[in-house]
Amino acid sequence: MSVSPEMAFFVDANRCIGCQSCVQACAECDTHKGHSMIHLETIQREDSPQTVPVVCMHCDSPTCAEVCPADAIKRTSDGVVQSAKKPRCIACNNCVLSCPFGVPKMETKFELMMKCDMCYDRTSEGKKPMCATVCPSQALTFGPKDEIIKQRQSSTPVNEFKFGNQHIKTKVFMMVPKNTKEQYIDVTASMNDSSISQNMEDHLADVSLDFLGE
Amino acid sequence: MENAYFKKFGPHTSYQLDDQERSDRGLEPDKLVKTHCCFCGQQCGMQLKVRENKIIGIEPWEEFPFNRGMLCPKGVKRYLQNSHPDRLLHAYAKDPSSPEGFRTMDYDEAVKKVAQEINKIQAQHGYDSFAVLTGASLTTEKTYLMGKFARLCLKTANIDYNGRLCMVSAGAACKKAFGIDRSANAWDDITKSDVIWIAGSNVAECSPITTEYIWAAREKGAKIIVVDPRITPIARTCDLYLPVKPGRDIVLFHGVLNIMIQNNWIDQKFINEHTVGFEDLKEHVSQWTLEKTAKETGIDEKSIMKAAELWGQASKSFMLHARGIEHHSHGVENCLGAINLVLASGRIGKEGCGYAMITGQANGQGGREHGQKCDQLPGNRDIENPEHRAYIAKVWGVDEKDIPRKGVDAYEIFRKVDRGEIKGLLSICFNPLVSLPDNNFIRKMLEKLDFYVAIDFFMSETAQYADIVLPGSLQEEDEGTVTQVEGRVIKINKVVDSPGDARADWKIIQDIAREVGRNHGLKFEGPKEIFEELRVASKGGISDYYGITWEKIEKQMGVFWPCPTEDHPGTPRLFEPGSWNPIAKGAGPFYFADGKARFHAAKYSPPKEETDKEYPIILTTGRVVSQFLSGNQTRRIGPLNDQCPEPFVEIHPKLAQHFGIQDGDMVTVESRRGKADFKAMVVKTIRPDTVFIPYHWEGKKSANQLTNSAQDPISKIPEYKACAVKIYKSAREVVQ
Repeated sequence: MSVSPEMAFFVDANRCIGCQSCVQACAECDTHKGHSMIHLETIQREDSPQTVPVVCMHCDSPTCAEVCPADAIKRTSDGVVQSAKKPRCIACNNCVLSCPFGVPKMETKFELMMKCDMCYDRTSEGKKPMCATVCPSQALTFGPKDEIIKQRQSSTPVNEFKFGNQHIKTKVFMMVPKNTKEQYIDVTASMNDSSISQNMEDHLADVSLDFLGE
Repeated sequence: MENAYFKKFGPHTSYQLDDQERSDRGLEPDKLVKTHCCFCGQQCGMQLKVRENKIIGIEPWEEFPFNRGMLCPKGVKRYLQNSHPDRLLHAYAKDPSSPEGFRTMDYDEAVKKVAQEINKIQAQHGYDSFAVLTGASLTTEKTYLMGKFARLCLKTANIDYNGRLCMVSAGAACKKAFGIDRSANAWDDITKSDVIWIAGSNVAECSPITTEYIWAAREKGAKIIVVDPRITPIARTCDLYLPVKPGRDIVLFHGVLNIMIQNNWIDQKFINEHTVGFEDLKEHVSQWTLEKTAKETGIDEKSIMKAAELWGQASKSFMLHARGIEHHSHGVENCLGAINLVLASGRIGKEGCGYAMITGQANGQGGREHGQKCDQLPGNRDIENPEHRAYIAKVWGVDEKDIPRKGVDAYEIFRKVDRGEIKGLLSICFNPLVSLPDNNFIRKMLEKLDFYVAIDFFMSETAQYADIVLPGSLQEEDEGTVTQVEGRVIKINKVVDSPGDARADWKIIQDIAREVGRNHGLKFEGPKEIFEELRVASKGGISDYYGITWEKIEKQMGVFWPCPTEDHPGTPRLFEPGSWNPIAKGAGPFYFADGKARFHAAKYSPPKEETDKEYPIILTTGRVVSQFLSGNQTRRIGPLNDQCPEPFVEIHPKLAQHFGIQDGDMVTVESRRGKADFKAMVVKTIRPDTVFIPYHWEGKKSANQLTNSAQDPISKIPEYKACAVKIYKSAREVVQ
């Protein structure tokens, strides 16, 4: 049983709504129940509600496996980088420190590195991973590669990354917007200025500052 | 006493069922049951994993067409409400001498006591002195039963429901404009649209699945317009964001329509053939020049113009709105303004063209159709209409005179308590102490009642004030139908049995009716029998379910009403050219005798409570994705509560700076009705004249201590989305 070569996993941060459904669903997996392998990053909340889900990118030459002194991390022939094998993992943390995407987590309670294995129990049987199944905005999508690329004309799928001198090719694709669109990062950019000053600042000008508690 | 109460009734947070010490703790389920989420109006299909009468997890249901396996975090974790330590397993009686404040009571005795109190109060003060409050998260069968129970057993006019805080502005506007109260399209039409206008809807957090429909349209090149005082996740990547000042939506709609008229971006042929009232509206909106519209709405002229250009020149368009424009003292007018834009474009009743309000609660649609509203009988019939009364009297086997007349709305019920006109209350599926505005008033009214019985599965903040609490059922413990956001009637399946003395809500209601001594027509054997009667009761009404059967729902994975006959497939898209309806009888696609839709020259009035020197800032309220409504369920589900355990106040850096507030500071927000402390979230994603607080919490954390109970004169929806507050740094610092 292996993951079909026609199927691909896409991460589209442009679609992410930060709902954490992926995080919650990941923790429902029978192989690691209660522990989510997904990181949901909030970029800079003051400026924007932008969030990005981070799953294992499943590198062609996985750094985590290359640095593992116990050879506990295996990449199967279908390109999925498996989570550490319990009998081999020595909880040394090398993989956690070396992963360019910051994916593996050390679960000290189990003395085990745990990371996303693309729901191998599901994907190797022809199902979608849990996170990509539930994701309400389909920021995480799993499906026939050609079909999805055709559906998502506004994005370019990228699976080659550079970190310093390291060049990485991954099984998972990151969707990058083709044309940079207008992004709203401050509500005041589209406001009618005179209205603000009249309605609010006039009021505030006379507000007593006694209650500022200084 | 409070500690003992908490120990017994919570809210405790539940996590996994078994120990935390293993990494591979998957239990094999005995079975998977296909059903739907217990939370919002999207009603996502899902499968629950069951083992030994306990729900141990979820499995996506990818075949269900609406959500195709997608779920928000609430759906993923909903199973943790089952087997919950706070679950009410017995009837309880208020007992101040008990450390918990309640003592357990035999169920039958409790029901007898309830009946005695009802009879006592009604004998002394009249039938209308006993009121009923219900909810739109109940199945349609239960809502039908509640309406019938109130009218025939209690003989009270005063039954109303928590959809009063939710869907009534949209419903009233739809009836006025289209003659029918339902979203006009199935969601597929969103994906085929060219321009999507989202007014006052935090889609990503309040109806997450709808996001994918919008993104799918965007991938094909559709332009997305979002109107909201906050940059919500859906607004972040839209094509045009309009930061409307809370309470000014109608002005924006009028201003945009005026530009459309001036540029001839309207469908005059459609207007002539299918509508009434355009000339009056045209005259009315002519006052809203671009400059005046910009000034009143607080949106820059360029953006308003761009909105008119996009909407006006679209070939296919879809209007979506939610509570953001509805929760106002002129909520109906706001919705009519949105509908005007749709009708003037002529883009409705066709593929990729339409209109929808996004329902909030699970059964926000079905729960407002079959008689639990104070002015309504089943089939969305009017309780004051003699023909409608006669028809329902016949179905119920009673004299028309025995059906009470129109009662008062949910908030007015509490004002009647204040005036001494209502003495007793039965509530189910409603937590008004958290969810109603100005809730310090609600607390006083709950204390004032002579007798209050609450039916609930957890001890809600409101139930805590009850004299008797009866243990009701969770969604997964009963079966029945709900009508989701698109108007699709779907089936909720029973997954597990109720624990302890808890039982199906319809049984409890019928037990009370029997003990009251008036249970004519309240002897149903189960929800299916109720549904069969509901089909007949709705027959010929506008919300016609006659052709829907449970079997058909299962076979088709949902049936869109109206569905008047058994061989009718249902109606996913309303108002198609040439379509037939029982009111127009072929005269036209809309539900009026002439078949034409109505324009309304909706009047603008600002929020009831405007800002002033003492209260210079607008407060607006709303939801977060991981909590649901009053939080009675989600605050008890560990992983959901952890995602957002406390309310907060969003403040723009400009405003924060003015008051010396930094991100994370405790801030006191004070209105004329109350004050409370919230942690500041300083963000550029909210208008500087507005602050936002989510409302899911109780007591001192409740945003509804501050909100205004001013209501829309037609829909009676309260004005949650705009009131005046002042803010200042709290004297108290955060204790972490």
